[in-house]
Amino acid sequence: MSILVDASTRVVVQGITGGEGTFHTQRMIEYGTTVAAGVTPRKGGTLHLGVPVFDTVAEAVRNEGVDASVIFVPAAYAPAALREAAEAGIRLIVCITEGIEVLYMVRIKELLRRTPALLVGPNTPGVISPGKAKLGIMPGPIHRPGPVGLVSRSGTLTYEAVNQLSLLGLGQSTAVGIGGDPIVGLSFVDVLALFEKDPETEAVVLIGEIGGTAEEEAAAFLRRGYSKPVAAYVAGLTAPPGRRMGHAGAIASGGQGTAAQKTALLEAAGARIVRNPAEIGKAVAAALAGKS
Amino acid sequence: MAHSRTLYRGPETRYRYSLMRIHEYQAKSLLTQFGILTPNGKVASTPKEARAAAAWIGGAVLVKAQIHAGGRGKAGGALKAASPAEAEEAASRLLGKRLVTGQTGPEGRVVRLVLVEEVLDVVRELYVGLTIDRSKAGLALLVAPRGGVDVEALASGRPDLVLEQTVFPSAGLLPAQAERAASALGLSGGAFDRAAELAAVLVRAFDTMNASLLEINPLVLTSDGRLVAADAKVEIDDNALPFHPMLRELRDPGEETPAEREAAAAGLSFVKLDGDIGCIVNGAGLAMATMDLIALAGGRPANFLDVGGGVSEEAVAKAFSLLSSDPGVRSALVNIFGGIVRCDLVVRGIVRSARENGCRVPVVMRLEGTNIDEARTLLSGSGLPFTLAPDMETAAREAVRLARTAGGPR
Repeated sequence: MSILVDASTRVVVQGITGGEGTFHTQRMIEYGTTVAAGVTPRKGGTLHLGVPVFDTVAEAVRNEGVDASVIFVPAAYAPAALREAAEAGIRLIVCITEGIEVLYMVRIKELLRRTPALLVGPNTPGVISPGKAKLGIMPGPIHRPGPVGLVSRSGTLTYEAVNQLSLLGLGQSTAVGIGGDPIVGLSFVDVLALFEKDPETEAVVLIGEIGGTAEEEAAAFLRRGYSKPVAAYVAGLTAPPGRRMGHAGAIASGGQGTAAQKTALLEAAGARIVRNPAEIGKAVAAALAGKS
Repeated sequence: MAHSRTLYRGPETRYRYSLMRIHEYQAKSLLTQFGILTPNGKVASTPKEARAAAAWIGGAVLVKAQIHAGGRGKAGGALKAASPAEAEEAASRLLGKRLVTGQTGPEGRVVRLVLVEEVLDVVRELYVGLTIDRSKAGLALLVAPRGGVDVEALASGRPDLVLEQTVFPSAGLLPAQAERAASALGLSGGAFDRAAELAAVLVRAFDTMNASLLEINPLVLTSDGRLVAADAKVEIDDNALPFHPMLRELRDPGEETPAEREAAAAGLSFVKLDGDIGCIVNGAGLAMATMDLIALAGGRPANFLDVGGGVSEEAVAKAFSLLSSDPGVRSALVNIFGGIVRCDLVVRGIVRSARENGCRVPVVMRLEGTNIDEARTLLSGSGLPFTLAPDMETAAREAVRLARTAGGPR
């Protein structure tokens, strides 16, 4: 088992013929992902990297039975691509694109509430279940199959954590980058709930960042009882806060969002706190060994 | 109320999300286009222009420094003037001077423009703000019956006075929400109706402008029953700028440092900090983790620099020259975990910059991921005295050690 994606996942790549789409589709196929279709308007009926290309996601669903999508289209067209995937009945949408307007994402989330689709991202490295399928841009070879679930707001910092785990012989069940944008699809809480139910996942690593309240919400969720050990690192403990303007943010956020506060809440919720980002792997090893 | 709320704005704003700040006079000009009342006023760049503006307005005026930071009132950045001559005098005290407010940092900001405005006949000062609610994926509309400088204190001391409502832009502000807002502002009669309408208009304005923050503080109720935006703060989502050339024109490069301007032009995410270890990292999260590692090793980062995913060799060269030309930098730390970014491209950029411009600081590199072998070969063939560290913790320690032993004053 694993969460979100496995060997049976059939993927459509939106924007498959573009530069990024081509490069990363090639690597996803090499990794063993079943890329069953691609979508590029006006290139329907052709083959790209041996994959049949369609004009629309709906046609890819009809003809190839795809159930997951990876989006590489530029920010200007990404909202439309997200909408198209959700309306075509895609189960899991992974949106790699960065730079999507925040207010567009607000509207996409309104639409997603009315469809069964799960969204990962945008501005994410994607989702990988090592040895089964990779839907995204993360370097495949650093991953190993195993018992550790990983959920993160970062890209390269996730690779760093995965690398530390793999070097210690700790493989991963699934690694999920929830995305670095203000408005994203799946939250820490959503992914923690999925890992809780996954029998293959024995421990979870949560990698947060300063800003927002995703970590605070994760802490509140863990506090209600969680059956697996969790190690957490929040990046930016030493980052000086930004210059700010106006009061609306401070009032509405109630002073939250600092790494210190996030770390304290996660610790109070029972997570094993990692203060040195070079020791994420070691903390997980200790958590799995049941040491404190 | 608002205390467990979530927000677009937060301490990470400078590291991960870019927002375009605009001046008060620009924000007011935008609001006017949505029918929102603002004080009669004109912008001036010289004391003479300020005098002319005051004469045109007539009567007593306010002369307000235009900088990209709040807290101007408390810091003496808004001066009252009873006559055009006094307005000229007030402008000469502000223009060309450095204004330090609670939000500028100790270095302050040079005032290059003032806004000369009529003095309003104030009955009451109110607060209205809109921002993004991240966890609800909607807009947060905040109103309070007491505006002015102490609204944050009000929110913590009397949270019952601050009403927060979640608004979804596709539907807009619901009539019931508009009425609740007007009621929470403590208004009645015609002012109640005007406030309800104003709230709905502000939601539309926020959406149309692709704002991430829109704040009117104070919103003034005048003796003749009008609601006037006496101050206005607007921040625009940077991601919207490629698609909105009209908003892009509101950018004021004079509010950025030369290094920030150069970095932005090269597509780099750069923030100057006050330490002495220059950093080049790919990814905002890894860049923050690198800053944490430097601090754990007893050092202080000179900057935050995320080269991003689609970086070119030229942009890396630019990043490196930004660091090595900064006299405050005593060692440099390069931490790359190649995914989209190839390690060899980063090394090429740095080697090129070091060859063209020289390199006066010791450089420690930690490279991992895509094309690492090519990068190592390039590095060892470059003849440059760069240290390659096996992992990021060792790299951070070495950079801190080198910064300590590097000679010369800071």
